[in-house]
Amino acid sequence: MTGKERIARRIAREFQDGFYINLGIGLPTMIAGYVPTGIDVMFQSENGMLGVGAPPTEECADPDLINAGKQPVTELPGCSYFASEESFAMIRGGHMDMSILGAMQVDEQGNLANWTIPGKMVKGMGGAMDLVAGARRVIVAMEHQTKDGTSRILRECTLPLTGQNVVHDIVTELCWIRVSAQGLMLTEVVEGMSAAEVQAKTEARLLVSPDLRVMTVDAFV
Amino acid sequence: MNKVVQTADDAVVDIASGSTVMLGGFGLCGIPENLIAALVKRRITGLHTISNNMGVDGFGMGLMLEANMIASHIGSYVGENRRLEALVLKGELDLTLVPQGTLAERIRAGGAGIPAFYVPTGLGTVVAEGKETRKIGDRTYVLEQALHADVALIKAWKGDRLGNLVYRKTARNFNPAMATAAKVTIAEVEVLVEPGELDPDHIVTPGIYVNRIVVGAAYRKPIESKFIQSGGAL
Repeated sequence: MTGKERIARRIAREFQDGFYINLGIGLPTMIAGYVPTGIDVMFQSENGMLGVGAPPTEECADPDLINAGKQPVTELPGCSYFASEESFAMIRGGHMDMSILGAMQVDEQGNLANWTIPGKMVKGMGGAMDLVAGARRVIVAMEHQTKDGTSRILRECTLPLTGQNVVHDIVTELCWIRVSAQGLMLTEVVEGMSAAEVQAKTEARLLVSPDLRVMTVDAFV
Repeated sequence: MNKVVQTADDAVVDIASGSTVMLGGFGLCGIPENLIAALVKRRITGLHTISNNMGVDGFGMGLMLEANMIASHIGSYVGENRRLEALVLKGELDLTLVPQGTLAERIRAGGAGIPAFYVPTGLGTVVAEGKETRKIGDRTYVLEQALHADVALIKAWKGDRLGNLVYRKTARNFNPAMATAAKVTIAEVEVLVEPGELDPDHIVTPGIYVNRIVVGAAYRKPIESKFIQSGGAL
């Protein structure tokens, strides 16, 4: 199992029946493949759709039916379409149970940076700033460190922010971290790793939960 | 009442250089591709465009960039267009990035007679810099201004000669809001029907917002991104 798959599988276990969820582009999109059996959730795509279904075969792809990553998708029974202003009213208005996004950096205050690197070409924030400002629970799904081994979980973000004090949880291939009023609380660690070892790979200061558990990814446990 | 224009060329014949133009669509989905092609043929310049994205190299608004028609742009994501990077770095195009929901609401407000409104989006980020903020209840909000345009170029699925429009699937996106926020709204449709054929309960854009309607001559509708990175079936 790859690190990304582990992250996706673990987050899918947080889903509850009846949840409305927005998945960001990239790693978060993978989570849709691991929804536990018996749990019925509805995925929202901010370009104007609730009830996003599996990707189609290439022959069945409909250019009028795409997700926010501009990839062709399908509709599930009970799906609905709406305009952008309505889509973001639903996001900003606190109707989404969960927003799951990737990140470049997250810090001890729950600040998130995931849209731009100064000096590089600015692509734009898309809907990320609206999602983190409006969803009831914001989960960051990302690999713990960058490719060169730098921590993505920092004392303070150095990149331009997407949102201030917006992140509720951080899930990496190594652990689950809850953003609390006291700071970043380590609540789960993967099997075979200690809290101290996770801390050694993390720039931010981690508090260790008295209920620290092993991070389980099997959807049926 | 008949708002039908025979060709896309006729529909855009009077758009002047320097105009502010809204263009519907999300990525290449639901863009007014025939109206864009007609506009590119006119070679007008100095346009101030408002659109969520900016097309790709060689299609949609990418064609307008290649023809150096755009002086400034307001949008939320422009990452698919490499030509843009060169123009922005050379200072030939003034780019303003706006959160997608704020962009949609600014357009909606423009059409609804609301000059400005408060949102939580972007607080504590560059988006809020220089803007008024206000604490309402226990949360602080950023004041955002409405957007208006001289012309809106939009795309619908079906329409009638009165300008009533319906959309198809996710090709709706920014089109209905933009239809309300411009002095002149020009809609291109795939199918023109007789008044009464569209179920009045299903009309998304009532004809009052639409000034001209034209049937698109041909649709390419390219799909930008074919591959989905998913663990399996949803």
